[in-house]
Amino acid sequence: MNPAESHPLPEETSAPGPRVKIVGVGTAGLRAVEHLAARAAGALPLAVVHTDARLLQQCAVAERVLLGEALTRGWRAGDPDVARAVAEGETERLQALAAGADLLLVVAGLGGSTGSGVTPVLARVARDQGCLVLGVVTTPLELEGRHRARQAEEALRRCHTAADAVVVLPNQRVIRLVGEDCLLQEAFDRVNDVLAEGLLGLTRLAAGRGIVSVGFAELCETLRGRHSESVLATGEAAGEGRVREAWKRVLACPFLGGAETLAQAQNVLLWVEAGSLPLKELSHVMEEAARHCDDRNILMGAATDPALGDRLRLVLVGAVHSHADAPAWTPPPEDPETEIVERPASSAEREPPRARRFVPPPPKLTPEETARLFAENKRKGKQRKTASPRNVQFMLPLEVVRKERFEKCDPTRYRGEDLDVPTFVRRGVRLN
Amino acid sequence: MFKPSHHIIVGLELGTSKICVVVGALSHEGVLNIIAVGQHKSRGVRKGEIVDHDLASEDVREALRQAEEMAELRIRSVYLGVTGAHIKGFTNRGRHHLPPPERQVTEADIEDVGHNACALGLPAEREVLHVFRQHYVLDGRGGILNPIGLTGEVLELDVHVIHGHSERLKTPINLVRQAQIDIEEVVFNGIGSSLAVLTPQQKDLGALVIDLGAGATEYVVYAGRVVRHSGVLAVGGDHVTNDLAYGLRLSQSHAEQLKVEHGAALMAPEVRGRTLALQANGLESDTVSLENLHRIMSLRLRETLDIIAEDVDRTGLLSFLRAGVVLCGGGARIPGICQLAQEVFGLPATVATCRDLGGQAASLDQPEFATGIGLVRFGATRVGQRRSAGLMARLASKVGGLLNKTAKP
Ligand SMILES: Nc1nc2c(ncn2[C@@H]2O[C@H](COP(=O)(O)OP(=O)(O)OP(=O)(O)O)[C@@H](O)[C@H]2O)c(=O)[nH]1
Ligand SMILES: Nc1ncnc2c1ncn2[C@@H]1O[C@H](COP(=O)(O)OP(=O)(O)OP(=O)(O)O)[C@@H](O)[C@H]1O
Ligand SMILES: [Mg+2]
Ligand SMILES: [Mg+2]
Repeated sequence: MNPAESHPLPEETSAPGPRVKIVGVGTAGLRAVEHLAARAAGALPLAVVHTDARLLQQCAVAERVLLGEALTRGWRAGDPDVARAVAEGETERLQALAAGADLLLVVAGLGGSTGSGVTPVLARVARDQGCLVLGVVTTPLELEGRHRARQAEEALRRCHTAADAVVVLPNQRVIRLVGEDCLLQEAFDRVNDVLAEGLLGLTRLAAGRGIVSVGFAELCETLRGRHSESVLATGEAAGEGRVREAWKRVLACPFLGGAETLAQAQNVLLWVEAGSLPLKELSHVMEEAARHCDDRNILMGAATDPALGDRLRLVLVGAVHSHADAPAWTPPPEDPETEIVERPASSAEREPPRARRFVPPPPKLTPEETARLFAENKRKGKQRKTASPRNVQFMLPLEVVRKERFEKCDPTRYRGEDLDVPTFVRRGVRLN
Repeated sequence: MFKPSHHIIVGLELGTSKICVVVGALSHEGVLNIIAVGQHKSRGVRKGEIVDHDLASEDVREALRQAEEMAELRIRSVYLGVTGAHIKGFTNRGRHHLPPPERQVTEADIEDVGHNACALGLPAEREVLHVFRQHYVLDGRGGILNPIGLTGEVLELDVHVIHGHSERLKTPINLVRQAQIDIEEVVFNGIGSSLAVLTPQQKDLGALVIDLGAGATEYVVYAGRVVRHSGVLAVGGDHVTNDLAYGLRLSQSHAEQLKVEHGAALMAPEVRGRTLALQANGLESDTVSLENLHRIMSLRLRETLDIIAEDVDRTGLLSFLRAGVVLCGGGARIPGICQLAQEVFGLPATVATCRDLGGQAASLDQPEFATGIGLVRFGATRVGQRRSAGLMARLASKVGGLLNKTAKP
């Protein structure tokens, strides 16, 4: 007998679920995808993108894209701006990479050149094609220095703009788990573990085949609206008390950065998987969830998978109100010697100390007002999502340029006068 | 939801303080409804022009995204507003000799004189944004709106031309293109604002619209229903802030805050000697002179309006503006600005209201949105014109052609 006949495919596969694709960008992304390939069955579509020809050659992943060969001759980009330019010059190839996918997970280590430069471009291209794009990125270790930290910060900002959502794994948090004594390679291996866990979790959640279904649609709902911080956490445990233990792991997950983050979540998707799932345990999961986040915001899905045996697995995805004074990640502080003080000398002595910078108000139309205003155009009952991320956007203390305002542009001249100079100065008006 | 039969028109203003996207839906019956706005703080624009491509690009994309989300549609093209010191307006006269024996004005003569009026002899680096028809002059007799059928020897046409530096126009055009957004037309912001705030009566009676933005101040004169004059002064709210920062020894952001919270366009006698306590970390640490704050602001604002008044006065139009001065842009919020304008121009001055917004979009009636809303109005007029023939439509296609030229990288 033909083996395919003895094991008929489950019925669901006839209506294919959302197509998920995972793309690793740069060395860190490539390693994470390799790690994933080694762990997961070959079922997942994986791809890697790099500017480094040698690394790609040695890579076992089937779909490999070398960018910028003409420009960098396969020797790495070296600088995020170069990598970005290279990617922007080869958008068709990135389009091809994302073609056909519904959910694109882009994995990269920010801080180097390729990951930092290419990830936002890939995200934008894929998003323009209609993919839901989720960036899964790491930020550098403190010991990697300020330069990398700054490059990562810049890249993260770009990723936030380009992708639907970004989950950030600060490598430093992983170090806390493994201890300072371990080898760098061990530390990165552990990072790759966490990344693989997270990616697999997302994939399972998106597929959403279960007794209580949540899936791709809910994932879109939760993650579209990029200006909230996004969180991802996974936890797995077996045996007696596995629910509590799995929750403990979720809260300790380095992606999450602690229970406080979860408490701020406005939307949480919770995916529960186990070999078998007694109702009692499921309600236990929810009870625990309610202790850590507002349970009105939780959407739960569950599935049984005999392959899990005694184990229970939780995957949690959420959108979080970002707090202006509690940024998810900040680069290490500057040395006082190298800090550039950008304020006019004349005001240096009397610059009043201020707790926070003032941002000139946008026209007095609050996002909520706007949302209400156009409520008629919206689908009924789904307004909660559109209002809050924008809300966050306008509360963020956006950079106020502290340089002289007119530094980068031509002076405004009128009848031989430079109008950029204060009128009272040109008129010789004395202040009292 | 609006019907798919509606024509979607999007206006995009790359302002110095905010990027603003306004989405309108034009019904077949010609009713325009504003259905969404997106806005984002602008970080890459100074004096109305892009100085940081990447930041501006991010801000634009974010504003577009917001508008798309709200309108629940994908924005494919925009009417792009532009401003900056390089933009100039002037009035040009085209001349055409009516051929004997009839010497009666026909469609063909209209076309010829229009063509001649568009022969501008501008330097190669200048790009035309708009050509607005003003009036026909027949044998020296002016003010004719439609000369067809009249007889004479020399037919002339005055047009108001707005043009800019082609390289500097390319910057915003390319930025928008890179976001995979097409550009329907490039429009001078001042024209946008005027369309949003002037009623047909005001255009007829004569009005001066001044858009007091953060980086630049645009002004446009309408009279007899046509555009008579326009200009840009690259001075705006940022200059006010900068003057205050310098004079009061404050940071830019602190100066901005004081300007918005305690600013005034005129020195009132009662502020003499008054001071403001500065709040820092919740403690009162220092004071600043309210008198100086108002003095610095009023000097700057008066100077700005003086420069505009002088320019408009040179055209001899000032005494024809029976509907007075209409102020918009964020600067129109400054207390006392109308009174100051009244003094400077010797004309009644009012803060603009965006006309015919109606119903649910009424809260968009804020001076900062004038440009964005006006860009949508401009688009709506264009859509209307596409359905009709005549000189304006031909001019529109001409301008469209110029845009294509401008847009080539
Ligand atoms: N998970 C993981 N992270 C790594 C690894 N190597 C480096 N990283 C992290 O990823 C960041 C970016 O480094 P790379 O991925 O090597 O840089 P890249 O994007 O390939 O850029 P170029 O090598 O300059 O082209 C570093 O700052 C590290 O924090 C690795 O093997 N695994
Ligand atoms: N209440 C207020 N008092 C004083 N100034 C104000 C007030 N409200 C807004 N402004 C100023 O208005 C300016 C913003 O206006 P607006 O939004 O029209 O500019 P913009 O369109 O971004 O700039 P531009 O058109 O020059 O590129 C800012 O300089 C701001 O400080
Ligand atoms: Mg403006
Ligand atoms: Mg302006």
